Amino acid sequence: MRKSAPRSPATEPDLGLDPDFTTRILCGFIKSEVRRAGRSSVVVGLSGGLDSSVAACLAVRALGPQSVLGLVMPYRSSHPTSAAHAELVLGALGIIGERVEITPLIDAFSAISRPGSRVRLGNAMARVRMILLYDRSAENDALVLGTSNKTEMLLGYGTLHGDLASAINPLGDLYKTQVRALAEYLRVPPVIRRKRPSADLWPRQSDEGELGFTYDTVDRLLALLVDARVTRRSAIAAGFSPALVNNVMERVVRSQFKRRPPVVAKVSTRSVGWDFRYPRDWKS
Amino acid sequence: MKSLRVALAQVAPKLGDLNHNLELHAKTLRRACREGAELVVFPELSLTGYLLRDQVPEVAARIGGAWFRRVKALSRRVDIVVGLVEEAVGHRYHNAAVYLSRGRVVHVHRKVYLPTYGMFEEGRDFAAGDKLRTFHTRFGPAGVLICEDLWHPMSAWLLAQQGAEILIAPSCGPTRGTRPGRGITSVAVWHDLLRVTAQFQTSFVVYVNRVGFEDGLSFGGGSTAVDPFGRLVGSLPAIEEGLAVIDLNGEILRRARTAYPLLRDENLDLMYRELHRLRNVRYDLAEKSTDAGSEPTSGLRPDGGVPSR
Repeated sequence: MRKSAPRSPATEPDLGLDPDFTTRILCGFIKSEVRRAGRSSVVVGLSGGLDSSVAACLAVRALGPQSVLGLVMPYRSSHPTSAAHAELVLGALGIIGERVEITPLIDAFSAISRPGSRVRLGNAMARVRMILLYDRSAENDALVLGTSNKTEMLLGYGTLHGDLASAINPLGDLYKTQVRALAEYLRVPPVIRRKRPSADLWPRQSDEGELGFTYDTVDRLLALLVDARVTRRSAIAAGFSPALVNNVMERVVRSQFKRRPPVVAKVSTRSVGWDFRYPRDWKS
Repeated sequence: MKSLRVALAQVAPKLGDLNHNLELHAKTLRRACREGAELVVFPELSLTGYLLRDQVPEVAARIGGAWFRRVKALSRRVDIVVGLVEEAVGHRYHNAAVYLSRGRVVHVHRKVYLPTYGMFEEGRDFAAGDKLRTFHTRFGPAGVLICEDLWHPMSAWLLAQQGAEILIAPSCGPTRGTRPGRGITSVAVWHDLLRVTAQFQTSFVVYVNRVGFEDGLSFGGGSTAVDPFGRLVGSLPAIEEGLAVIDLNGEILRRARTAYPLLRDENLDLMYRELHRLRNVRYDLAEKSTDAGSEPTSGLRPDGGVPSR
């Protein structure tokens, strides 16, 4: 994937972070946002993977274990280690957990809608989990804690209104490799840190297999293209293949709709999404 | 300047809640007074919060208006610098910092440089200030620069040339980036800038940055006072609320200005001529022979540079 071209500091990807300060900022963020929403707890879906484990860990540090509810939501075809690892996290953090099998919900949906592809079925699974998380958040007067990282958000590698849905997302500005670094600092169990990333929506699915590149590579590339705003040409000169650079940029551009609220057609003088400008923390 | 005890009030104001923030100021002032502070500096927009957007007209106050009387009352026992949205003539809203002493307004600084790039959109919501003036306090001549103002080095230079010995810099600097072992990048960058500013202008610099969260923004804190040699004389940690009471010693300023007479040696006439020439070229103005800078401007590029041959 990488050629050994000489790199100048200007095109050196910068993914370094101070885990202590990052943790303090993210915990402060969770605490502040939960309090402002008038809630005292969060609900998080635990997949047994790295991102949701780190998100749950941050929430526990911010709010205490009694204020975090972890939902484990396996499907019939989910790999058994996914739920096992999620339960490992529940135990390690000492948080309240609930296991909800989504198989009957998906089976009922499939009988009516007949999703013809595994992607459609995968989307349905992500959205059913979202429904359960939001329902539990209403039940417990809690906020849904997001677990999508910056790599996924930029590549659009997630289901709109599914795993991308949340009230607050502490990981949205951290690339996957940075989440991994944070996981080590937060002492997330090594078995979770070391396994291959997967959405586990179908057997033997792997993020890197499906995307066609590794997180290590794409994070370095995105740090150049997005954070450092270098040109495609400089990124190629820095050793990334033209095919990869074009593929990644196309993914980022094509998935912009997943990062924005629905587009509102402006017909009045003051319109939501255009010139009705208040922060989310308005009056709170 | 006289020596003074300054308090850096690294607080987390509540967005858009004037009454809550007034109480926060009063509470902080009571504590600072107990510790013997003579001047208490609050961050940029300390009475209103930062991410106001369309709330700007709702929280704007007229200097001398009814609500502002409560702000003046805060300064009965101690000098203060507070941040607010000033509604000026013509319903222009300014991001302003006010120096108050003994219940009176001593100086109002309207932020000159409104960042409107990247994550910032201040130019949409505020009118820019158009003055950089030094004023007299009971401790000596001082000047106020709000956050981005300090990133334009001529701002501090102009105040120092007018005699400022203390530069007061209230700020709402968000945290951006962290480095292994170096902490929050934006805080470290600010400290470099403050040291350089203090050293170049041989002045005390008192920087007070807010903390707390607004939406996903976290404000970095790291408030600090730097002496005219560019040395940190006291500071607060990043991202935590806090109050630091620091003594600024007038004798240090005298020693720094004696050792490094940079301000004395400034060539204002040279500066004026060059600025005048640059202005004529940039704005394509006709040369007036009676004005300063009567050199012909022909042969210069529009950016004021000398053409390469």
